[in-house]
Amino acid sequence: MTTKNPEYDFTWCPGCGDFGVRRALEFAMVERNIKTEMPMTSNVVVAGIGCSGNLVHLLEGEQPYGFHGIHGRSLPIAFGVKMGRPDLNVVVVAGDGDFLSIGMEHIAPQAARNVNVCAVVMDNGVYGLTKGQASPTTVPETVTNSTPFGKLETSVNPLDLYLTLGVTYIASGFSSKPKDLSKLIFDGMEHSGFSIVHVASPCTTYNDTYQELKGNKKLGIAPTAWAIPDDHDPSDKNAARSIIAEGGLPLGVVYRDTKRPSLDMRMDAIRARGGQQDVATLLAAYDI
Amino acid sequence: MASRSEIVVRFAGEGGQGVVTAAEMLARAATGVGYHALTFATFPSQILGGPTWTQARVSRFPVLSPGDAVDILVAFNTHAYQEHRVEVREGGVILLDPSVTPDPGDTSHRCISVPFDELAKQTGESRAANMVVMGGLSKLINMPLQFLKDFVTIRFGGREGVVEANHMALDLGLAHLADEDAVADLGEVDKPTYDQLFIKGNDAIAVGAMQAGVETFVGYPISPATPLLLYMERNLVGEGKFAYQASSEIESITAILGAGFAGRKAMTATSGPGFTLMGEGLGLAWMTEIPCVVVDVQRGGPATGLPTKTEQSDLLAALSPAHGDSSIPVIAPGTVEECFYATITAFNWAERYQGPVILLSEHSLAERAQNIPKPDLSTIAVERRKIYEGDNGFLRYDSWELSPMPVPGGPGAYVANGSEHDSFGDTTHLPARHIQMTERRFSKLKLLNDSTYESDNTNANIALIPWGGSKGSVLETYNLLRAQGMDVAWYYTMFLSPMPEDLLAELRSKDLVIVPELNYQGQFAGVLRSLGVKAEAMTLYTGLPFRAGELSERVKQRVAGAGQQTQAVRA
Repeated sequence: MTTKNPEYDFTWCPGCGDFGVRRALEFAMVERNIKTEMPMTSNVVVAGIGCSGNLVHLLEGEQPYGFHGIHGRSLPIAFGVKMGRPDLNVVVVAGDGDFLSIGMEHIAPQAARNVNVCAVVMDNGVYGLTKGQASPTTVPETVTNSTPFGKLETSVNPLDLYLTLGVTYIASGFSSKPKDLSKLIFDGMEHSGFSIVHVASPCTTYNDTYQELKGNKKLGIAPTAWAIPDDHDPSDKNAARSIIAEGGLPLGVVYRDTKRPSLDMRMDAIRARGGQQDVATLLAAYDI
Repeated sequence: MASRSEIVVRFAGEGGQGVVTAAEMLARAATGVGYHALTFATFPSQILGGPTWTQARVSRFPVLSPGDAVDILVAFNTHAYQEHRVEVREGGVILLDPSVTPDPGDTSHRCISVPFDELAKQTGESRAANMVVMGGLSKLINMPLQFLKDFVTIRFGGREGVVEANHMALDLGLAHLADEDAVADLGEVDKPTYDQLFIKGNDAIAVGAMQAGVETFVGYPISPATPLLLYMERNLVGEGKFAYQASSEIESITAILGAGFAGRKAMTATSGPGFTLMGEGLGLAWMTEIPCVVVDVQRGGPATGLPTKTEQSDLLAALSPAHGDSSIPVIAPGTVEECFYATITAFNWAERYQGPVILLSEHSLAERAQNIPKPDLSTIAVERRKIYEGDNGFLRYDSWELSPMPVPGGPGAYVANGSEHDSFGDTTHLPARHIQMTERRFSKLKLLNDSTYESDNTNANIALIPWGGSKGSVLETYNLLRAQGMDVAWYYTMFLSPMPEDLLAELRSKDLVIVPELNYQGQFAGVLRSLGVKAEAMTLYTGLPFRAGELSERVKQRVAGAGQQTQAVRA
């Protein structure tokens, strides 16, 4: 239950990675409000359906606007909000099932348009809210309640996918490092164009990956999370590819293209060419 | 013969032969000089080739429907001649391309060979074949050629060579038929004293949306709704405006909900298949209470169905597009003129009750070009949602009825939530909340209490009530029946949900309510029966509109049958 609303009857499981993502997003929005001198109400958080989608209800403190829509459609809703009101800061929060399975079809068009929206994707490699089915990022051969004989599909590599589709800001983060994550989200919101911050956010109930991400010295397990070195040039697509090819969980900004104008900038340029005709003129085109 | 005050001309050939533009051109030119005209078009679902035909009905008086029997057929190829000559009335004229050999046994029609292309070439403008046809027609219908020449001068204004060539084509066409008798005498007319438009249904919706203040339009190409998308992309370009082609209808509906949530007047347009994809999004619009207008320009269905034919078979889908408890308002314009006004009402309703409104059009209406009185924009009321302007901490859904809507950027942040929610918009499963919110959503429909309806001869016990684009054909049927002395009542409304209560009360008092509609199931008749009306459908599912003559015969037969049945029961 949230402190702001005692009637709200959903919360995440203890240890859920989404708690860290929520804190990071709150930090980033507050930071942005200070920097831009805009009120919290100039932020809109568009959520999908799943454990991740409930983030919009669990935000603490001063509230942004929220839109908790339907499964898989957070991106096109955000597209509509942003293009209707380019002055708003529009953030999408979604999970790997919502974003990469049912909502996969919406990533490519936003990337092609370079819509000025920041998507924070909480990847736990499983469908949590429906109690443990395989998702696109579930490791192959994993036995889940929907894959009794092991997962038969390969898993999607989200960062590789985003890079291929032409997303202009791609960052990779970890829910256990909310300070770093907050910086990645802040930069994503500041980025003029489509940004995705893909976050490893483990599910303690159905797919607890904390140990492999963080490693365990006592057990001799090396962490799969690793920091992207400072000398990485995010504007270099080949370098970004190399980072992704390293495997594991890279932490930091993988790719950033600041040259492509965002869709709202393109629309502004079109509007500058000439305004809209009034209705009387439009109607006169049909005069007899 | 020469006293006929109206004429029906059909153009038949292959797609790409100018068949489509011919009917429109004749109608446009005719209305330009004061006649009334209405076109009908049906296409093959391909770009080049494929049998196509269009029809123009030109009259000294207002035109209600595409017309029954064809007076003049212009056949550009043999298939067109063979296919359509049965539709030409006894004594009618068939203009043939020289490549077509008329059936020697065809003695009931006057067949005239006209070398359209060859004559056009003589003008130096090979695309002027249509004008050759027009020149010939002006002779056959006794319409002064100068009218057409004036039209050409305006249409191709400034392009001197083109104007000259087209004038020459008109002269050549007329000269070729100089010795032919006219089939009708439209004669000279006075222009109506009021201003007029010559416009198609789709365009009337587009301009209506502009007048209503549409700000965001997102759509996906689909026949026959595509022209709405194209219009918006070209014209909805001002400050704060946005029109865009989406990647699917799912994107369209969810994007306009995003824009509506952000405070914009938002709209999308689609046809049956896309409308089905929008079902979940429409439920979300109802649940989150976001104003938006969704146009469904119906075609034949289900699935891909008949993409380029007309049908009225999406009514049940429109009345119930989403799962769960919802009742989304539906407005179905019946004429080109109504397309304009219905669109404005759709926006006003959406803004007033804060929710989605469905505008149900159809192929024959979308492609129908017609002269209509020019709307007086100064008399049109445009509504905008009640916006919350207080402090933060406002509870968006804290009442059992409509409340002001906060707009992002301004005070009153809340969560627009597709899950059942509490006052703030947070998810809840409490029974009391579901009761409150459900009743809240339905209570708002009461605000849509300004719907109207038409009626005539209301004392009769048997009534006719069409819906949507069948209005014109059925009104013509009604006029025929009344002229023949039948005691039948006329009712019509474009407000299909919620329906005017007074209209329902009147319909419930009738012994028989006949509902002509273009679908197999008799969808509207079924709806009326569920509302306690003794309604009976009179259906047609050919992909083409009703013909007044045929329909009036069916009504007469049904009424005669009903009389017998009543007697039998009494005996």
